Amino acid sequence: MTLATDQSKTKVEPKTEHWMRMYRRMVMIREFEEQVNELYTRALMPGLAHLYIGQEAVAVGICEALRQDDYITSTHRGHGHCVAKGASPDRMFAELLGKEAGYCRGKGGSMHIADPATGNLGANAIVGGSAGIATGAALSSKRLGTGQVAVCFFGEGALGQGVLYEVMNLASLWKLPAIYVCENNLYTEYTHYSETTAGDILARGTAFGVQAESVDGQDVRAVYEAAHRLVERARKGEGPAFLVCNTYRYTGHHVGDINREYYRSKQEELEWKTKRDPIKNYSQWLVEQKISDESKLKEIQEEVRAEMKAAVEFAIAAPYPTVDQVDQDVYA
Amino acid sequence: MPEVATRELTFAQAVREALAEEMRRDKRVCIFGEDVAEAGTPFKVLSGLVEEFGAERVIDTPISEAGFTGMGVGAAMTGLRPVVDIMFGDFLTLTMDQMVNQAAKVHYMSGGTWKVPMVLRTTLGATRRSAAQHSQSLHAWLCHVPGLKVVMPSTPYDAKGLLKSSIRDENPVVFFEDKMMYKLKGPVPEEEYTIPLGVAEVKRKGEDITIVATSSMVQVALGAAELLEKIGLSAEVIDPRTMWPLDEKALVESVKKTSRAVVVDEGYGRYGVTGEIASVIAEGAFYSLEAPVKRMGAMHVPIPFSPSLEDVTVPTEQTVFEAARTLCGKA
Repeated sequence: MTLATDQSKTKVEPKTEHWMRMYRRMVMIREFEEQVNELYTRALMPGLAHLYIGQEAVAVGICEALRQDDYITSTHRGHGHCVAKGASPDRMFAELLGKEAGYCRGKGGSMHIADPATGNLGANAIVGGSAGIATGAALSSKRLGTGQVAVCFFGEGALGQGVLYEVMNLASLWKLPAIYVCENNLYTEYTHYSETTAGDILARGTAFGVQAESVDGQDVRAVYEAAHRLVERARKGEGPAFLVCNTYRYTGHHVGDINREYYRSKQEELEWKTKRDPIKNYSQWLVEQKISDESKLKEIQEEVRAEMKAAVEFAIAAPYPTVDQVDQDVYA
Repeated sequence: MPEVATRELTFAQAVREALAEEMRRDKRVCIFGEDVAEAGTPFKVLSGLVEEFGAERVIDTPISEAGFTGMGVGAAMTGLRPVVDIMFGDFLTLTMDQMVNQAAKVHYMSGGTWKVPMVLRTTLGATRRSAAQHSQSLHAWLCHVPGLKVVMPSTPYDAKGLLKSSIRDENPVVFFEDKMMYKLKGPVPEEEYTIPLGVAEVKRKGEDITIVATSSMVQVALGAAELLEKIGLSAEVIDPRTMWPLDEKALVESVKKTSRAVVVDEGYGRYGVTGEIASVIAEGAFYSLEAPVKRMGAMHVPIPFSPSLEDVTVPTEQTVFEAARTLCGKA
């Protein structure tokens, strides 16, 4: 990645193309997810999916700070991470539809997209389940001297899982290049996190001597700035970090979670969508800074929408795996 | 066994030698677990390895079985070949999500794109007076999961050859060592060798009955075979060596020849390894059987502490002898 970084200051100033790439990626995620919802409502997608709408700035801000060969592990709500790390929407849609052209040849589905080419070690449907894998990847990086960083994405629900604290302790002891990104979208499935999470979230990192910070997860620039700093710090061998990104899940726990008023109000949803939308607020900033203008941004949106529609068409037309593949790849 | 120079090694020495040879051969191989470095584990199986390979490759961990097993999975996916040490097989329960939901599924779930070339070494076996949380034989739990391989050597020779193959395997392999066998001695060639996974071995040839036995139960079966010989019965003892892949053909062929079978394993009998093997025999050699297949495993109780109680929970030479004699109609 080429960055216009002024080495004399810690402030990072990405070039216009990087600002615009972050915009496009956020729009890609949102449009991708809108299409997923559409596939679900048209009954074209087997099973369910967990949408990332509202949280786009987290995945994009973090992944913008990563090299292509840096590792990520993702979650059940993982489409955004995959797109932000560079996955192709057509193969992602194909996977969501269980088609052979999908990233996992149709064997993983929405919750298990993995892609070695972009360092994606896989999305995980066990909450906190990838904490060990990400930390192990960080161990490989350190042992093999590759300079790679491993980012473990998880929701605040994973703060209830013990394995997370086991590996944070290990990563700190061994100064591993691991970044634990906690996306606090306020809801652990259908329960507000305050009902499941005692004490101070950041203290969970500092207790282990892990650099712990929080950031406005609706502000892609703030996320990128924090991620860039923590990633480069980890890359230099200065140890792991715990970054809490405060964000919001616009839609339900999954596409079928329509009636949500028993756990949160429509008013609350509306406030986040109108006042704290990461794409809208970032667009405004881009225009104010004269990095772009409204017609250009709209043009990008339309391009992305067309790209997503084509990707969906590709996936719908793609063949299912043949039955003989069912017992292939159980063993390497 | 090949015609080469051999020496006597203990089971523990054979395991250590396999690890040392593989670590010399392949710099990606590393060990991590609790007290694996200077302590060399409580059983001293790994003594000397940290001195040769350094603390970068023989790594002491906190007591965090789930955490460091999960790290083994991630490290294996990204270029290392970890050998994860779980001190007692009872602690496998703490690693189950990492083994069952992560290690076993990564390759399949990713459409064959990621691999997990990792070995998890652990122990099994009762009669060490360690009570219910340090004595179980839980290997059947892992055998149940597609994507894992499960290895259970019964001799120093097999331990070394199978461990080397396990480390070179591209899949997650769970390697069970009976802690009561660490001092068992046996011939091990000076020269390098490996034993492929999925190949059973006849440990003693016989005609009248087949005793299928695993891990330390092979020694028990061989003892029972001696007792059977004294009453004129010729027992064949066959060791599958790996529970998965399972050499079904060798087991069925043996029983087709002898027409009777006892299956002995130290895990719980119910829903266990003996049930699986008995079923393989029943399906493959049904028309050759002259008696029902007999299963012998741990008694269906938590392993008790008191020696007088513990000793009756697992098969012994005498109980296997008696079961075999009964099956042969000589009770």
